[in-house]
Amino acid sequence: MTELQVKEYPTQPLKCWEQAKNIRKNYYEDYLRAHEKGGLRWAGGAWTFSAIPAGLGEDVYCVTGEPYGATVAFFKDFAAKCHDATEAAGFPRTLCAYMRNYWGSILLDKYILTDGTVVDGYPVPDFIWQDHICCSHGKWYQLVKWLEKKRGKEVPMYCVDVSVGYPTDSDIEEYKVNYIVGQLNDGIEWLEKVTGRRYSDQLLCEAVWNEIKATSLWAEICALNQAVPAPLDEKTMYSLYVMGTLMKHKPECVSFYQTLRDEVKERVRRGIAAVPHERYRVITDTQPPWGFLKIFREMEKYGAVSVGSLYTFGLIGMWEYKPDGTWSPRSIPPQKPQTREEALRAIVEWTMHKPEWAHFYLPEVKTKMMTDIVKQWKVDAVLLHYNRGCEGLSLHIAENRFGLIQAGVPVFPFEGNMGDERDFDFAGTLARLTAFFESVGLKKLKE
Amino acid sequence: MITAGVDVGAKFAKVVILRDGQVVARAKALVGFDVLKSASEVFETALKESGLSRSEVQKVVATGMGRNAVLQKPPINADEAVSEVVADAAGAHQVVPTVKTVIDVGAEEGRGIKVEGGKVKDFVINERCAAGAGTFVEAMARALEVNVEDMGALSLKSANTIPMNAQCCVFAESEVVSLIHSKISKEDIAKAIHDAIAGRISSMVLRVGVERDVVLIGGVALNPGFKPPLEKELHASIIVPEFPEFVSALGAAVIAANPTR
Repeated sequence: MTELQVKEYPTQPLKCWEQAKNIRKNYYEDYLRAHEKGGLRWAGGAWTFSAIPAGLGEDVYCVTGEPYGATVAFFKDFAAKCHDATEAAGFPRTLCAYMRNYWGSILLDKYILTDGTVVDGYPVPDFIWQDHICCSHGKWYQLVKWLEKKRGKEVPMYCVDVSVGYPTDSDIEEYKVNYIVGQLNDGIEWLEKVTGRRYSDQLLCEAVWNEIKATSLWAEICALNQAVPAPLDEKTMYSLYVMGTLMKHKPECVSFYQTLRDEVKERVRRGIAAVPHERYRVITDTQPPWGFLKIFREMEKYGAVSVGSLYTFGLIGMWEYKPDGTWSPRSIPPQKPQTREEALRAIVEWTMHKPEWAHFYLPEVKTKMMTDIVKQWKVDAVLLHYNRGCEGLSLHIAENRFGLIQAGVPVFPFEGNMGDERDFDFAGTLARLTAFFESVGLKKLKE
Repeated sequence: MITAGVDVGAKFAKVVILRDGQVVARAKALVGFDVLKSASEVFETALKESGLSRSEVQKVVATGMGRNAVLQKPPINADEAVSEVVADAAGAHQVVPTVKTVIDVGAEEGRGIKVEGGKVKDFVINERCAAGAGTFVEAMARALEVNVEDMGALSLKSANTIPMNAQCCVFAESEVVSLIHSKISKEDIAKAIHDAIAGRISSMVLRVGVERDVVLIGGVALNPGFKPPLEKELHASIIVPEFPEFVSALGAAVIAANPTR
């Protein structure tokens, strides 16, 4: 095939890549070995108020469910065993794929590390600290508790109800904040009771402040991707945003995002591209099919780069509309909280502005955020993943498609599943993606 | 200028040769296990019909799911490959210049394409199962013990409506067997099958919207039993051009003649 001549940008690997790999590796190993170090283990979702258990001490380690489910999905052989185990236990394959991967891991009594090493004996948490963000999250750990009980382990569980909607105005109503803060106050008493530990408000304040800084920093990093050429591609961003889903309240996360932010700024200054032949910019939506990230490499053959998504930007990153109408990183509060009450109010007010809430409540708000990303990040088209593995984030996605089309944005929808490879047709999706690229006038640069 | 379009589909390979925008030859044959060999034989037949040699054809564009099998491979040596969606749009525009919506139903795949001036504006393709495509009719014809060519005419003899599932070939076949055991007439079952396919295709096409003129192409367009229920589902009259199964190959030939289009 004749190679088309297009502009080639300089590119280079991220310097902090190894650091990112090590942080993630240590995170899963720390959870596994927490008891050997005299520490505590807890389990819960990536959206949960993870800064709250941090008040129990610096030797408290968690593993968050969704990233763990995604890690399982990446290793397809292990994922297949997890699916078999959950289906054999009577759970339907239409349930949340992360949840099924997680349950499967418990049912198999095996734990997987980031390099694919499968360890015998699933590490039982000392307690579960969860919040109800969607119908699956409401049941996820209830079933974990039940599965552990069947193995003779009693795991106490606390759940926070966060169903107060998404604040479209800049401020969230006081009564909604009070409702969640009240549950967190009760939760702290519950944590002291079930662990027998004395709770430190000072550690809580540190953790809350870390979380606010880390999530604002991630948004700042994503905003740098407005540059042409994009300094980061979304496939790489998946390995970086994950720190925020694992340990957004930890100083390591803040420190890593500061390092990354500085490096990405430098890449923008020097015009370093993630994809050397960038000539068509797309964004995606919702979690990708984790077992098939190679689809991003196929896109690069057309000079197409995914510069992110509302999901990658807003699952962890905190954003707001500025007076000039731009969607920008959320300004952090003027000062660090000093008391338990201040810390709880600060983290609730901050967290409830997470853009991803709009998925559940207000499709038109999500569409507006997506169209604003299209404008600000100079995006040519949107690839929408109709993700059969996640009811929550797929909710209203067809409405988002209509909204984007009405706004004049080319949209390519494809069906798949973030965590169950049986629901993703790689060859078929690639054929349709090829047709889409051809329909917008792109030709393959090289094989 | 002399160009050719080669559409290597799931079941048939089709070739159209154009001389200055006019069709001078068409040929088609079943695709065998050796895709290149089958397509090459069809290409050779078309060359014979046109009285041309391969060297006189200035550019060849391939399309269809087997397009890469003939790309830069002798004896066809297609210069370029384009997706079915792009070829369908160009071909439909060639035969019906006012076309805004193209519906292509082939052996394994159904497509709905929104078109403007022969260019694709939006499109949708059925996912995974061929339940809404030609293979489905073939499978159901086997279950009914009727020649597939007779299925359309048979369905037009019925005025009854029997609900049927067209989401899965396997389940639908079981349903047909149940209907046979329930003493439902072959005419009624044949109509139910066509209604089901029309329902499935229309729900897919409606995702991109239906705007007149609507053109139906692909092998299934030859089936007289399919157009009436599809028109009913879409609330739109449908144009079936002459030689609907060659429209994609024609589009590829048109693209070959107009590389900058």
